[in-house]
Amino acid sequence: MFNTGKELLELTKQFNCNISDILIKKEFEVFELSEEEVLNKTRVIYEIMKTSAQSAISNPDLYKGHIIGGDAKKMSIYASKGNSYCGETLNLAMARAFSTSEVNASMGLICAAPTAGASGILPAAIITGSEKIDADENSILRALLTSAAIGELITKNATVSGAEGGCQAETGTAAAMAAAALVELKGGTPEEALNASSIALKNVLGLVCDPIAGLVESPCAKRNAAGVANAMVSADMSLAGVKSIIPFDEMVETMLRVGRSLPFALKETALGGIAITPTAKKLEKKIFLKE
Amino acid sequence: MTNISFTEVLGPIMIGPSSSHTAGAVKLGLIANKINNTSFNKVDIILHGSFAKTYRGHGTDRAIIAGLMGMKPHDIRIKNSIELAKEQNLIINISEDDLGYYHPNTAKIIFYNNDSTVHTVIGSSIGGGSIIISEIDAFKISFTGEYPTLIINHLDRKGIISEITTTLAKNNINVASMNVTRLQKNKEASILIESDSIIPKSVSEELKKIDDIISIRVINIGAEL
Repeated sequence: MFNTGKELLELTKQFNCNISDILIKKEFEVFELSEEEVLNKTRVIYEIMKTSAQSAISNPDLYKGHIIGGDAKKMSIYASKGNSYCGETLNLAMARAFSTSEVNASMGLICAAPTAGASGILPAAIITGSEKIDADENSILRALLTSAAIGELITKNATVSGAEGGCQAETGTAAAMAAAALVELKGGTPEEALNASSIALKNVLGLVCDPIAGLVESPCAKRNAAGVANAMVSADMSLAGVKSIIPFDEMVETMLRVGRSLPFALKETALGGIAITPTAKKLEKKIFLKE
Repeated sequence: MTNISFTEVLGPIMIGPSSSHTAGAVKLGLIANKINNTSFNKVDIILHGSFAKTYRGHGTDRAIIAGLMGMKPHDIRIKNSIELAKEQNLIINISEDDLGYYHPNTAKIIFYNNDSTVHTVIGSSIGGGSIIISEIDAFKISFTGEYPTLIINHLDRKGIISEITTTLAKNNINVASMNVTRLQKNKEASILIESDSIIPKSVSEELKKIDDIISIRVINIGAEL
């Protein structure tokens, strides 16, 4: 029904509606899913996201990976002190992103969005954003569907795999999805939503995938925490009227082109980047000897 | 362009940490178990490539074992599958080997069954939680388990394929794809059929009555995942 951002925007104009409405229309026309079925499935996804974004804050000891653990709790305690640079909202969002990443690292239940490695960003953005503006459940579910439309466009026209495009394809896409969702949640236009996605993608253009010991832990968790900041920063820029000079479709194409030109060593192989630092190598040895 | 449903972007709902090394590995175990189709007391899991190198960190071993025990990729018991297998007195041997020219995320699973039969399944997790089964016993094969799948081993005899497809047609089952292989002329051969609809037990019972059928395996699990 739509293969590019441009087509998606045209459809929202034609029907005078939001991106989420077009997504719901598409699910019905292509997959024969009613609006109710789509919203019910989204509710299940949202419940899983809420749990994963809180679990490691409440019970950090249950969600330790081989390398990471405890950062969600630390971040949430810091957030509650109320004297940080970024402010409580962003600090809480970061804590929540850490939480899902820690749940994922410790074999807990998560919803990939768009991947398991980047699964912390969207829940943290949606939960924190909706709290901030006191959004109702229906708007939250619709915002999630808007994020899915962005994820679909990037999947179709580029890649969301770290092995193919580096971390920019994973946490960059997740931030782009979340940024568009935050814009729609706050009543922004479809143009502003796509604009926010473009900004989020360009902010991390070229980001490499270099996991220590090949594990989805470090630097992944911190890039999820920074990724939700990217989503919020991009949404706020767009809602303030700041325009991405490069339109969404060109940005997606650029992300793919840059991803392809990244060397093999920097695409989820643990053969480059921080994965081959002496400290990372020492950690790798320790992890694999221990077991 | 292929259409993508929103649940593919916001999903899968899965146990972490990796869609290929954890969620796909569960699916591999689950489908291998359906292929084996009988109860087992011992299983050898041989990990190849990236699976061999990183299975501890990604819980690939636990994931495959969980699948073998019938768990799905979102089952919270996956983390404890090794302990659960022990409780059920299953003997599980994990080893690493170079299996040759296979996808980096490949496992060879050998079932030792209670009825004394031994079956071997080789499959790969090819990304995003999708898998491919590439070998069953000596037969090279290729299917994803996403469609209801029928695997029939039979003696290589003229006309048997038409007898099988006639039975399917009579039961209103449409063949989406079909692949025929054999080890040697007039010896054992294998047919793999993917269909658009679930293959009920009554149909596999009816197929069993055809002369020279050796075994029938039905894998309907895809729709549930």
